[in-house]
Parts: sequence; C-alpha cells; structure tokens
Amino acid sequence: MHLSAVHARCSGCGTCRLACAIENFGQVNPSQALLRIRGRFPAPGDYRIHLCDQCGVCADNCPEGAIQAVDGVYRVNSETCTGCLTCVDVCPHDVMFAQPHSEVPFKCVLCGECARVCPRNAIVLIDNPDQEVA
Amino acid sequence: MMPGYAGAMLRVDLSRATVRKEPLPAPLVKQYIGGRGFVAKILYDEIEPGISPFDPANILIAATGPLTGHFLPASGKTHFGTKSPATGGYADSNMGGHFGPQLKYAGYDLLIITGRAQTPSYLLINDATVEIRPAAEYWGQGALTAEKNLKSLLGDDFQIITIGPAGENGVRFACISHDFGRQAGRTGVGAVLGSKNLKAIAVKGTGSLPVADLPAAYAKGKDAYQKVRAKPGFEGWTPEGTAGITNWTNEVGVFPTRNFQTSFSPHYQQINGRAVIERLKITDKGCYCCPTPCGKYGHARTDRGSAYVEGPEYETIALLGGNCCLQTIEEVAYANYLCDELGLDTISAGAVVSWAIECFEKGILSQDQIGRDIQFADLDTVAYLLDQIAQRKGIGDLLADGVKTAAEKIGRGSEQFAIHVKGLEWTGYESRNAPSMMLAYLTADVGAHHNRAWVLGHDVAGAWTSVHDLIAAGGDPETQPKAVVAENCVQYVIESQHTRPMFDVLGCCRLQLMELGFEAENYAELYSLITGDRKSWPQLLQVSERIWHLTRAFSAREIEDFGRRLDLPPPRFFKEPIPDGPNQGHHLSEADIHHLLTWYYKARGWDENGIPTRQTLKRVGLPDVAADFEARGFFVD
Repeated sequence: MHLSAVHARCSGCGTCRLACAIENFGQVNPSQALLRIRGRFPAPGDYRIHLCDQCGVCADNCPEGAIQAVDGVYRVNSETCTGCLTCVDVCPHDVMFAQPHSEVPFKCVLCGECARVCPRNAIVLIDNPDQEVA
Repeated sequence: MMPGYAGAMLRVDLSRATVRKEPLPAPLVKQYIGGRGFVAKILYDEIEPGISPFDPANILIAATGPLTGHFLPASGKTHFGTKSPATGGYADSNMGGHFGPQLKYAGYDLLIITGRAQTPSYLLINDATVEIRPAAEYWGQGALTAEKNLKSLLGDDFQIITIGPAGENGVRFACISHDFGRQAGRTGVGAVLGSKNLKAIAVKGTGSLPVADLPAAYAKGKDAYQKVRAKPGFEGWTPEGTAGITNWTNEVGVFPTRNFQTSFSPHYQQINGRAVIERLKITDKGCYCCPTPCGKYGHARTDRGSAYVEGPEYETIALLGGNCCLQTIEEVAYANYLCDELGLDTISAGAVVSWAIECFEKGILSQDQIGRDIQFADLDTVAYLLDQIAQRKGIGDLLADGVKTAAEKIGRGSEQFAIHVKGLEWTGYESRNAPSMMLAYLTADVGAHHNRAWVLGHDVAGAWTSVHDLIAAGGDPETQPKAVVAENCVQYVIESQHTRPMFDVLGCCRLQLMELGFEAENYAELYSLITGDRKSWPQLLQVSERIWHLTRAFSAREIEDFGRRLDLPPPRFFKEPIPDGPNQGHHLSEADIHHLLTWYYKARGWDENGIPTRQTLKRVGLPDVAADFEARGFFVD
C-alpha cells in the first residue's frame, strides 16, 4: 500500500492534517501532522501536497541506523534514535518532523487516514507506487 | 474551561502597547457560546456609548466559536465585530480561511483590540509570544502584497489578516483580507483596523484543543463529511460554488443591474459560474476543513492588465458584473482583484461605483467633480473610481463614506437611488418583488446584508429550498407573478435570522446546510460531543434569538433616533416598477413595506418603532439591557 498525491485536486483545506494529528497522536492539533500542504499564492496559485512515499532516504542517512523498514514502512526506533535530526534535514519531501515535545522525530507510518478523510480524493491509497491514479 | 474552547482571550491595547491574556469568562460562554455571541456581548458591555467608530476607544474583536478548528466540515470561520463605520451601529463581518483555527491553536478564542498605535504596526501572535511590531514598510501596500511580504518574512505557517490602502484611509467599506482572497468584507471592519494603525495580524499556534469525547466527536465529524458528500449538491453545486447561482437570479429576475435600476442583465451568461470555471479557474481554494470549496482561484487577462485573483464569487459578480455592467468575467475578475488589493468590500464598492455612474448620467455629478467622464460597462471607469475611493482622492473622498452619506451631501434626488439600509449598501438580490427577502434586508442588524436571512426560496419557490435545488430547477428567464405580501413572510425571516447567524456563533460555515441541505441537527450533535454541553438545535437557536435582540439594542443605543425610519428601503424600491426582465412592472408599495415591518416588530416583541420592549428583553435573558434601557429612558411606556 502507498500514498499518492493528486496535487490538482487539492483545495488546501487541511482536513488531512487535522485527521493525521487525531489519528496518530489523539490531538486536535494539526501542527503535529505528518504531512504538509503548501499553497503557492498569489502565483502560480495552486497547492502542493508533501507526503512520505517511504523512499528510505531518512534511513539511508541515519547515523545510528535507527530508522528501519518493516513491511515497506520506515519507522523511527525511539530507543536507538539520538535525536540528531539528520533525517529531518535530508528528507526530500520535507516530511520528517521534529516536535517540540519530543527528542525523537516523527514520520508517516502509512496509516492511510489522510487518504480516507480527504474530501477531494487528492490523497489516495494505491497498491503500488507505479500505479496510475484515476 | 469547557472543552472545545482554547480557554483564553487576548486583550491588546495599542495606545499603551500592552497585551494581556485572560481566562475566557464562563458566563460569557454559557450565555453567548462563541463568535457572534461574544462580539455582541462585549461590544454592548465595553464600548463607551456614543463614541465615533474611529475613536481609539472603539473596540475591534476577532472571535472564534466552539467548533472552530475542530474536525467537521468547514470549521474555519472567524467573526470580526466593532462599532460600524458604515452605520454607526452594530457591525460584524465573518470570514472563512484558516485564521480562526490558528488563533485557537495558539491558545486564544478571541482577540479584543483597543487604542491606536503611535505608528503603523502589526500584531504577531506565536503561541504565547505576542508582540506589537513596526509595520511602516508595509503601510501603503495592497492587502494581497502585504500578506505576501509578511509570509515571506514570517513563514508559510503563519495565518495573516491584512488591510489595504482603503483601510488605512478610513474608507467606510474597507475590508479585512486573508489568505489571498478571503475577506471579512462588510461594515467597514478594515477601516477600524486602519484607524488603529494596525496593518496586519499574524498568528501561528501549535497547541491542542480539548474535546469532551474525542473518539465520538471524530467519528461524528467523519460521518458529517460522508453525509455532505452524499448530498446531490456535492457534485452539482461545488464545481461552480456561489457563482453558480448567477443563472438562477437572472432567470427569476433578482439580479442587481445598473445600480438596481432593473433586476436582469442580458449578458449574464458571460459572467456566470461556468465562465469562471472555463475562463479563469486554476484551482479550487478551500477554507479550513471544507469539503465544498466556494473559492475558485484563477487568472484573468483584460485589456487593462492581468491578475491572479480568488473569485469572483456571486456577490462580486452581482455588484460589479450586474450593477456596474462589466461585460465579461475577465473584467469582473480584474475589478475583483483591484478591490482585494486596495482592501475594498466588492459589494459596497460595486454599489457605490454604480451609484456614482447613475449620478453622472443624470447630471447630478459633473465631469469637473469626478475628474473625467464615467459610464456603465466600462472597466476603466470602475478602476478609476476604485482607486480614487481607496486613496480618498478627488471624488473618492465623497464616495469613500458610502452611498448614504454621499447622497445626503450632494442631494438633488440622489437619495432616491442610493441603495442601502442604515448606511450599508445592498447586496446581490434585488427584492422589489420579493417581500420576504425585502424584509430580511430591512431588518438585518448590520444593514442591507443577506447574511442574516436568505429567504428568496420562499418568495420564488414558495418554500424553503436548498440553493442547489433552486439552481438545479433553473431554465430560461421566465415571467414572474406579482408577489403576495402576507404575514407569513415574517416567520420565514425570523427562522432564517436565527438559523444562519447560529453558524457565526459556532464558528463554522453554514453553506453545507444552506446550499446542500445538510441537516442542522448534525451541528447540535457535534457541539454536544466537542464541548460536553448537551444541547439540541432548538436550544442553540434560543441563544441566537438572544443575540438578535442584543445587537438591535446596541444599535438602538448608539444611533440617534433609531427605529422604523432606519428600517426603510430607498424610495426606488417602493416607487419605481422594475422596467424590464422577468419581474417587469412589479414593486412593493410603501404601505406593503410598513405592513411587513409592523408584523415583524410584533412577532419580535418590539414596539411600533422597532425598539425591543422591557418584557421581550427579560424573556430572552437580557435583564441587564432592560435595566440599561430603563435608565436611558428608551421605553416609550
């Protein structure tokens, strides 16, 4: 299972970010969300969805080997993570998140909640990353 | 503090350059719930009676509601309130976007701003850090430009409101702008910010909102999205948004045209929702958590220039495309952009410009006074006047006070067609043959605004009908029968005046209910699950009714000789038959208007002059207002 973004459908409402924070942290607090929506205004006037595609760049660059894939989903091991935040710097999609309440960074665990709640079908769950999104 | 709320309010005194965080008072929450309720109560209690709207002692409030920022459809509303530069009475204006939720995540349900900064300033709120910062470099910039520049400085995570030159220069219909195209447009709230030397407010919050029963509230929120998506209007209404009603308002002859001379524009298919989608749109642009975005962001090219702009939405189409007769959607969009950048309400701006053009055509305003020839259906005319108004240059200084004051100053019959109520210009529904809608405009607490009650469905279709259903039933323009003026109009108006403003209290959008027919009871359930305060929809409406009497009381206190005389429409609406279109030949009589008002006052429990009675104020839970009125000698008995 993978997340796929259809940027042209996004209206920037942020429902996905609020749902992510509720589902993963039990908090009505979108600053904890594990994806980003960026509006590009006044020009060119559109939205870009920043999702984790489980590319593994974070794991490749972790000096402690604290990020590992389990069933295709990269997870941070809070026991071995030292909080150096190298992963935050190198993430190509800007979706490794340092949180003020934690030394350990957070990332998407592919729960799929953002896709389930998106009222625009701008984030969709697909079986493989090469799949065409209808 | 009750769950659902951030639990605090922020008092900012710009004269003393102080900020103070206070707990949200429990009685305020209990009696008034949020948003518009907070605004009404604080304005009544804290404004020094009789002050000028531009006195530093005037208060500007930005308030959220208990549902703002929570997981439910369109929970992104912010409600601004002040003493009105447009009417001198109660003022509020509501906007979508993302500002209100961010304010709550920062820890504040409302901001109360008083005083006047010594130099141009902006307010920065970053969680607990609150600073009044210099804004000299942004002063004079357009509202969109200033937002872009502040975002560049502070970062995209900040949500920002700004004013444009119109707000800085005290134009009485200056708006507050946000998110490159959302506005709190009406009643001149932007001019009050300008009078306080406050160019902008930027807010970022990283806190969490408490919820009484989060699992149940979250499940109910998701259920609400599913139900909204299942409504026929989700697919039918959303693509064009509010612009989609342009065809219908022309088909039934209620579309403001040539300064409300008539109610049908032959070119309406050049400026309708389809034109927005096919010729302008880049993306849908949604407010916070909204599944049905009205906002259509696009790019318009005209002979005069090109611009990125959100919209135009229906009201802008009606007042600039209909009333000023701009002929193409590109021209309407470009004028929309000019208003947004200058910080002008597109509704009042369109009404003021069209009034000036009619004055010129009738020889009441001369070329010398205006500085050039002006005419309908001319983008150059509109652009010229908008700039004069925003800068208060030449004729713009007269027009910047709105049609009521301008007509009082120049006279010569121009009052006959100065289309306003109480000083606020009329919006996008010509109502000469629509008695319920006429009454809605006459009795709206801020002046001639459709936000408080929209009852055209009763007048045209004979019953409450969702907007989507009205649009879906449309066809070709059709001759309309003369409307029946009956006492039941009053009940439609009162129901709507309680229902629609309740959304401004709760802090979420009403369009899912009004446009799609999503049931109101869902909001009572969401309110109950989020706050833990179990209330039915009828119980919530009791609060809405209390607020209605309170805002009336505020205006009765603040405006000299307040009463029926200020609830009357301009003479055009009861003297001139509609000259053409589907409603040709129709108009209400002056006697009809007085009957409607008399029935309405009686149903409201107000006296013959429209002043709430002692008994009514006590019945709705306003004994303190009754005591205040007693002391001021406002009761006639």
